[in-house]
Amino acid sequence: MLPGRAIFSNRSDGVTPMTAHERLPQNRPIQSDFFGAQTAWEMLSEELVQKHITTGCQDLDDILGGGIHCKEVTEIGGVPGIGKTQIGIQLAVNVQIPDEFGGLGGKAIYIDTEGSFMVERAYQIAKACVQDVLSISAIDGKVAETHRKKMNPNVFLANILYFRVCSYTEQIAVINYLEKFLAEERDVKILIIDSVSFLFRQDFDDLALRTRILSEMSLKLMKLAKSFNLAVVLLNQVTTKFTEGSFHLSLALGDSWSHACTNRVILYWNNDERCAYIEKSPSVRSASSGFSVTAEGIRNIIPSHKKIRIL
Amino acid sequence: MSNKLINSMGLSQSISHIFAARNILTAKDALSMTEFDLMMLLDVDLDDVRSAVMQISRVVSPPRQTALQLIEDRGRSDHSLGYLPTMLKGLDETLQGMPFGCLTELVGPAGIGKTQFCLKLSLIAALPASAGGLNGHVVYIDTESKFSSRRLIEIGENSFPHIFRVKGMAKEMAGKIYVIHPTTADELIESLQQIKLSLLQHEVKLVVIDSIAALTLRETETNKIGYKQQTLGCPVSYLKSLAELSQVPIVVTNQVRSTRTDDSSFRYTFEGKKFDRPLRKV
Repeated sequence: MLPGRAIFSNRSDGVTPMTAHERLPQNRPIQSDFFGAQTAWEMLSEELVQKHITTGCQDLDDILGGGIHCKEVTEIGGVPGIGKTQIGIQLAVNVQIPDEFGGLGGKAIYIDTEGSFMVERAYQIAKACVQDVLSISAIDGKVAETHRKKMNPNVFLANILYFRVCSYTEQIAVINYLEKFLAEERDVKILIIDSVSFLFRQDFDDLALRTRILSEMSLKLMKLAKSFNLAVVLLNQVTTKFTEGSFHLSLALGDSWSHACTNRVILYWNNDERCAYIEKSPSVRSASSGFSVTAEGIRNIIPSHKKIRIL
Repeated sequence: MSNKLINSMGLSQSISHIFAARNILTAKDALSMTEFDLMMLLDVDLDDVRSAVMQISRVVSPPRQTALQLIEDRGRSDHSLGYLPTMLKGLDETLQGMPFGCLTELVGPAGIGKTQFCLKLSLIAALPASAGGLNGHVVYIDTESKFSSRRLIEIGENSFPHIFRVKGMAKEMAGKIYVIHPTTADELIESLQQIKLSLLQHEVKLVVIDSIAALTLRETETNKIGYKQQTLGCPVSYLKSLAELSQVPIVVTNQVRSTRTDDSSFRYTFEGKKFDRPLRKV
């Protein structure tokens, strides 16, 4: 809305454009004219104080620019068994690392469409996370008793809000409902959907309709990310796609969907090593790093690590 | 939940009638359209559509649980965290058996013994608890007509002679195993829906699907290539939720197909590219 124009339309009180301009208060900051707009400078200073959610793997955090970013939609895809759910659980735990220990101290929402969320595994990862955080802060030697109380795996589990979704109708419903839900649960800092594609890859005859529904869903997810300042992480399956005369692996749900996310990370096998590749990101460069899934959760690859292959 | 009727969701009478008049009857009908399409179809304000969709979504949304509740529920229920033993020493030591409430897939080339494995599992589920079994009924979904009652009894007589030699026991054991022969994925779902009740009453202790590939492959042949992905997943989400709800182990077998290891279809387009090392913060 440009100054002058809005008032120009308001002719009933006999205000002409000229007088309207004179009536405007002087030295008025320009951005107050643009509803809800922020300057790039303001956004930068906001981003600089914004903390990121660590993946648990330093190398992966580095290529992601510090970890998973709030206010953004990040898609993570890969073949079965590569560790998508593991990363999902790890993020649901890591988002809860309290402020005093350099984390976000937020809650997590986990929407499980595949039934692959393993609560015992979540406990294991939470326990390892608590131990890691406490051992690092023990070096500093000042952990207040109140902070110690928070560092209990059961507290971590209680802050993972879990929805088990069994049909795409329920998936759409729960994402619609989150707008109300998040308005009450202000502490939620991450929303994980594991996986976003499973239910949409079956039971759908009209693919054009599927594309429209998915794009509406992705708009809603983006809106949730922005308005509640939370990270949205979508886990996706892979499919084979025919391009340039041969089949290649590609993330599911088609080309229109690939525009839906701010960031896209593909997990893949490089021989026996798990790797993550940033396919798309507006802020960091395309890069690849290794990661490993250990008993404690997602961690760096240890170079001298002797791989035990169970056959 | 997705088939829940819109007129039972606490919407205002007028809007509920408008939905019904346009034949939008269930939550699935309403949520399978974008809000904009709904507005066009119903010819009402976008705001009204939005608030109706929100109300429908609120009703259909599954309940919120916490991971802590999940772990506590597991501790309380005697049905969860159970396993159907395979009675194979090595496998039972590492896996404890086929977990309740989960889908377990047996994969291997033709002739390796997938069906034999399933027959044995069915017997174990039917055996009395005194013999290490689960004393339950078994639903055996045989899509390839490979089930052999004679072989079942033979395995029983050789593996559990003390039980099968008792008069009438072979009949009792085999009588607990119900075999269904669906020919399409839809028929499979239909028969599963019929046994759902007895699954929920914990009478059935094992569901076997031998094999899941036969149904999907057969349907693919008659359709275009693009159809395969749809049929493939079709019963799977239903199977998973059925297993979870009833806490029954579901065992499915699958076929293998050979592929070349250098096949580009198992690679992404970016693989093989050289990456710059990421910038490290000092």
